[in-house]
Amino acid sequence: MSGDTVSVIRPRTHEEAAVAVRACGARGVVARGGPDRALGDAARNAGGAVLDMTGLDRVHVVDAAEGIVLCDAGLGLHRLAELLLPLGWSVPAFPAARHVTVGGAIGADLHGCAPDAAGSFSRHVVALELLTADGEVRAVRPDSELFGATAGGLGLTGVILTATVRLLPVETAYLTVGTERAADLDDLLARLAAPGTGRPHGYAAARIDLTARGAATGRAVLTRAGHAPRAALRGAVPRARRRPLSPRALQLLPPVGPLGSLVPAGIRYLAAPRAHPGRLRHLSVFRHPLDTVSLGGRCYGRLGRVRYQFAVGHGQEEALHRIVRRVADRRCPSARAVLQRLGAAGPGWLSCAVPGWSLALDLPVALPGLAAFLDGLDEEVAAAGGRVGLARDCRLRPDLLTAMYPRATDFRALRARLDPRGVFISDLARRLAL
Amino acid sequence: MKDAFGLPQSLLVLGGTSEIALATARRLIARRTRTVWLAGRSSPALEEAAEGLRRLGADVRTADFDALDPDSHESALGKVFAEGDIDLVLLAFGILGDQAEDERTPARAVRVAQTNYTGAVSAGLVAAGALQAQGHGSLVVLSSVAGERARRADFIYGSSKAGLDAFAQGLGDALHGTGVHVMVVRPGSVERPQTPFATTPEAIATAIELGLRRRAETVWVPGVLRVVMAALRHTPRALFRRLPA
Ligand SMILES: Cc1cc2nc3c(=O)[nH]c(=O)nc-3n(C[C@H](O)[C@H](O)[C@H](O)COP(=O)(O)OP(=O)(O)OC[C@H]3O[C@@H](n4cnc5c(N)ncnc54)[C@H](O)[C@@H]3O)c2cc1C
Ligand SMILES: NC(=O)c1ccc[n+]([C@@H]2O[C@H](COP(=O)([O-])OP(=O)(O)OC[C@H]3O[C@@H](n4cnc5c(N)ncnc54)[C@H](OP(=O)(O)O)[C@@H]3O)[C@@H](O)[C@H]2O)c1
Repeated sequence: MSGDTVSVIRPRTHEEAAVAVRACGARGVVARGGPDRALGDAARNAGGAVLDMTGLDRVHVVDAAEGIVLCDAGLGLHRLAELLLPLGWSVPAFPAARHVTVGGAIGADLHGCAPDAAGSFSRHVVALELLTADGEVRAVRPDSELFGATAGGLGLTGVILTATVRLLPVETAYLTVGTERAADLDDLLARLAAPGTGRPHGYAAARIDLTARGAATGRAVLTRAGHAPRAALRGAVPRARRRPLSPRALQLLPPVGPLGSLVPAGIRYLAAPRAHPGRLRHLSVFRHPLDTVSLGGRCYGRLGRVRYQFAVGHGQEEALHRIVRRVADRRCPSARAVLQRLGAAGPGWLSCAVPGWSLALDLPVALPGLAAFLDGLDEEVAAAGGRVGLARDCRLRPDLLTAMYPRATDFRALRARLDPRGVFISDLARRLAL
Repeated sequence: MKDAFGLPQSLLVLGGTSEIALATARRLIARRTRTVWLAGRSSPALEEAAEGLRRLGADVRTADFDALDPDSHESALGKVFAEGDIDLVLLAFGILGDQAEDERTPARAVRVAQTNYTGAVSAGLVAAGALQAQGHGSLVVLSSVAGERARRADFIYGSSKAGLDAFAQGLGDALHGTGVHVMVVRPGSVERPQTPFATTPEAIATAIELGLRRRAETVWVPGVLRVVMAALRHTPRALFRRLPA
């Protein structure tokens, strides 16, 4: 997959983007949010063109009273947050996956880790401008079919040029971050489902220790974080009290923390405090468990790793148990797993966010028999009515797609109408015949 | 499109009745492959091979292809690629010839060379061009351990495979960085199972599947041949001549 020939175009204006789409060759074009992070093939287009959207990164309008922003789709969420924090607003789904662009967050329907209150990123989008295959720009509203196809639509309906996003109010730029240990999977699920986890834009995600087997299968370190109210800063560092909304650079965290992500999960579990009520962390230094999962990619060898992420609904805890047990039984030391609870369903037809549980696994490609093993998990997920996330996918069994995404048929039909020449195409679309 | 494990969804076999190629096709159909093109000289055997793969659930089509007619390669393969992306091209045609007979009849020896070498050069270049245009895909070339060092017993065949092998390696280097991957497979003998380092079509299929996942450039089957041939390559001629065939 890697090293495929593509021509990368980096438009600086909407007109340049439109020209690139009109002029694309027989092998089509797809938008890409940033550098190729080589996990999935949704933003790749072998032999064709890729639009690198990072040149389109302006903020057009901020309504600080209402908490609404209109910005270009190539803008990184961390940049947006940096800008808005001093005004008392935060970005939905932040601070997980902070490198993600606004367009990528819609295209993949980024599900934040704020369960009930916030839901997936697209739920906060009030409007967007979409450059379609005919070279026209359409205004798309959340109640339309085109919105349903575009949210989580992986860039296959067109290029998102701008988005109007509803923001979340915050009082400070600080998070209260607490960690606790869960002794096994049931304990973990109970803790994640406990009331309070879902308070307004609170984040909860757990790093599962896959070296634990037997009764301890699924034991984990759970991290909770929530935006600290102003009152919480009392008694904290004086600097924080004086400037509760100080922006500070929210740039990307270093790829691998000093030791951080290389610590095996078993040791991490034992080293974690049994329960830590929470301390104040500035947003700029908060490291989400998923970030550590994805970025510690060096221990996977030359062939790298596969990201396997799926969601199953509430009531499917049995399936979740079976899957965690199967992964733990594979005894793969470098495997990583992060569990989150998802809130409201995403509005997108191909959105992976369903109310329930999301598990993200990182496994080395070189693991013998992994292809067949994951095919087996696909079946388990499909049988439980769940979905394998497409944003980072690079191997899903194509025949299970319609079982997991009932609206895939509508998606294909809409694409056939909107883009009869197949201008928008990616490697993922070829692989899954989307 | 190949997936993260290098498993192809569409396969083009050049030399559609080859036992090794069909074993590989069966293996890949059990994984992700849904579309198979069997290209070869049209014969009942080719249709039978296609039918056999269809029974496994694949969409199988045949295409006319003759290695000895290089002028037709462009259009023959062009037709296949026009129908959609091909993730894997398996260059499997080849003839062993009959060493003694070929030595007596140089015209027959030339046919071996034309099939195994010049035919493959032509088909290989056409396939590589098409793969490069689509920006992805693998070209798997069935070379042979016999090409590693010419032996008295089969040097006509061996020299044709040596040429093919060198060609495929160079092609792989030429395509490096284009997204197209070339893999040279050097199997031991399938025909004579009693010889040391013999192998089976199924073992070769397994090795090809593994090589695809690793994006390997050279695959020996069985794997120990890599070491054995490294030693044999440096054996002095006088000694090499005396080794049992
Ligand atoms: C460290 C890390 C943590 C993550 N955490 C989470 C998480 O908590 N929750 C979650 O849901 N996901 C998570 N992800 C996955 C994340 O959703 C995707 O990686 C994200 O969509 C990538 O955005 P990007 O801007 O890099 O876009 P890309 O990866 O380039 O693109 C994503 C998709 O959107 C399309 N796209 C991009 N820009 C546009 C545009 N302007 N117009 C139209 N289509 C466009 C692309 O074609 C592609 O299909 C995480 C990933 C990483 C690496
Ligand atoms: N078998 C071994 O022990 C062994 C060992 C090492 C390497 N190899 C190599 O691996 C490859 C496949 O081996 P195999 O055992 O599977 O071979 P096989 O069963 O004998 O098949 C050879 C194939 O080549 C085709 N072919 C021959 N001449 C052709 C031509 N002029 N045009 C088009 N197709 C032609 C044949 O087609 P027809 O049906 O039309 O004749 C047949 O499909 C060969 O290149 C062989 O040299 C084999």
